[in-house]
Amino acid sequence: MRNRSGSMWIGRLSLGLVAVLAASGQTTVKARTADGKPNLNGLWEALNTANWDLQAHAAAPGPVYTLAAEFAEPPGPGVVEGNEIPYLPAALEKKKQNLAKRFVDDPEIKCYLPGVPRATYMPYPFQIVQGQKNILISYEYASAVRSIDMGKPGPAPIDSWMGWSVGHWEGDTLVVDVTGLNDKTWLDRAGNFHSDALHVVERYTLRNPDVMMYEATLEDPKVYSKPWKISMPLYRHVEKNAQLMEFKCVEYAEELLYGNLRKQPREKQVK
Amino acid sequence: MTSRFVELASAAALAAVIITSAAPAYAQTQSKSPALFAKDAGTKNWTAPKNPDGTPDLSGYFTNSTVTPLERPKDLGAKEFFTPEEAAAYAKKALAQKEATGPGTYADVHYDMAQFGLERAQNKVAQSVRTSLITGPDGRVPEMLPEAKARAAARTAANRGHEFDGPENRGMAERCIIWNNEGPPMMPVGYNSNLEIVQGEGYVAITQEMIHDTRIIPIDGRPHLPSDVHLLMGDSRGHYEGNTLVVDTTNFTDRVPFHGSGEKLHVVERFTRTAPDTVTYQFTVDDPTAWAHSWSAEIPMTKIDGPIFEYACHEGNYGMRNNLTGARAEEKQKAQATASKVQ
Repeated sequence: MRNRSGSMWIGRLSLGLVAVLAASGQTTVKARTADGKPNLNGLWEALNTANWDLQAHAAAPGPVYTLAAEFAEPPGPGVVEGNEIPYLPAALEKKKQNLAKRFVDDPEIKCYLPGVPRATYMPYPFQIVQGQKNILISYEYASAVRSIDMGKPGPAPIDSWMGWSVGHWEGDTLVVDVTGLNDKTWLDRAGNFHSDALHVVERYTLRNPDVMMYEATLEDPKVYSKPWKISMPLYRHVEKNAQLMEFKCVEYAEELLYGNLRKQPREKQVK
Repeated sequence: MTSRFVELASAAALAAVIITSAAPAYAQTQSKSPALFAKDAGTKNWTAPKNPDGTPDLSGYFTNSTVTPLERPKDLGAKEFFTPEEAAAYAKKALAQKEATGPGTYADVHYDMAQFGLERAQNKVAQSVRTSLITGPDGRVPEMLPEAKARAAARTAANRGHEFDGPENRGMAERCIIWNNEGPPMMPVGYNSNLEIVQGEGYVAITQEMIHDTRIIPIDGRPHLPSDVHLLMGDSRGHYEGNTLVVDTTNFTDRVPFHGSGEKLHVVERFTRTAPDTVTYQFTVDDPTAWAHSWSAEIPMTKIDGPIFEYACHEGNYGMRNNLTGARAEEKQKAQATASKVQ
């Protein structure tokens, strides 16, 4: 009796689940790849305001008053463990200067490659393609890309914007060691920054097929007094037609970068 | 890491040897066969490797650098394939060509390609007995239709006299928005003709070193984007046919014309592992607004050690700033000269 009602209950539940999936047009993904690894293949995105400020922050007006509510800074409870970034005194001064000039100096304004870990929590999706040897992460913003070498490729050959990523599995967690980052990227629009000594260790762990926990530990003896950590969930785009589109922002930044070199100044306009 | 460059240095010396040592006897009779590469002769018992999910393994680092021209030189007529000896002689001659970087030349003002390992002879080059990348007896791009010629002429005319007015007047490549080689179809480029293919369940990714763009190709049978959405690299959908990855791409813009193409460009690419070191890349393009008929080409892609280096084109774009600054300085100089004449 108890058994029968139990199986009926399970039957009803799974029927309900199928109905929900069918109604929402979602596709389901396999939990593991053919070689038994957690299946990270797909389109992911952070759903927070870390790109505005890694630390807790209240809402604030945006940089262009004519765009008013649409481009104001949204609030957020922060993604930094303990909420403090352990800046060395001189670095803290630099951070404050960055904040004051953030709407001029943030590399994102210029459509520059975002670096790591910032690429992860920018307000654009990214695609993971999990190969046998390398795991590729392709970001919609600025066509940024990282190929994570799952072997032993040795140290970074040269500094770059997106760094040198070397990965391995610890159980079901993908651990990526990132070095070789240049000092030109920021961590957010609030001017949080790093030097070329930055070393990032990222951990990607599936919590369920559609939610992945992301952690990044940042170590940089030139800028921070000790390593510190950020963490956040990443969400899978489950829409049937989800796909990485083009966000080639170079041409949106040309007026900012080269406007003063035009033959005729461009009319100031907001379309 | 540096092994790629070490390897490149010896590529020129090896090229002739590879070609002469093994060339398929049937090369001149089977024009459609993708297996026309020198190395195939030694791999008769070789079977194409598979991924654990059963799909063909096409992954790795490759170069599509080649000495074979896109179009067949006119003096070769309908001759689609060289003999092995002819191919070796042709490759030797092509690889011996140096960039014109002699003192006093324009290229000298730019930089010495060899110093940076960018000379063609320093690079690993895929071998082929083809006389042109374009396949078939014609071996040439079909003549552009009047409509396509008009489109190109209008574009040039609109920019004439305004070439240095602002960033929008410069080419897409100089602006670091996209380079023409990226396609699709994906073509070899002057240097760093390298790409990485990664296969995941449901997707194939292809990153081209120049200029760091990645194509994400869904292989789950979904339809193309709505036809009014246009992307610079188009919208790609893939599927496997036996050992071949077939990729269908539509939804192009008219901003990156490929030999006269416009928004109606339709590209079908085929990737087949034809030897341990080779993926044969074939494409067919059609566009009713550009050509009277479709045309096809075949480019061998040869494995390299990798990795793919980051080509941060926009971030290091001093060219744009310098060109516009130069143009403004020139205008100022002219204006001053005119003013002093008036005085």
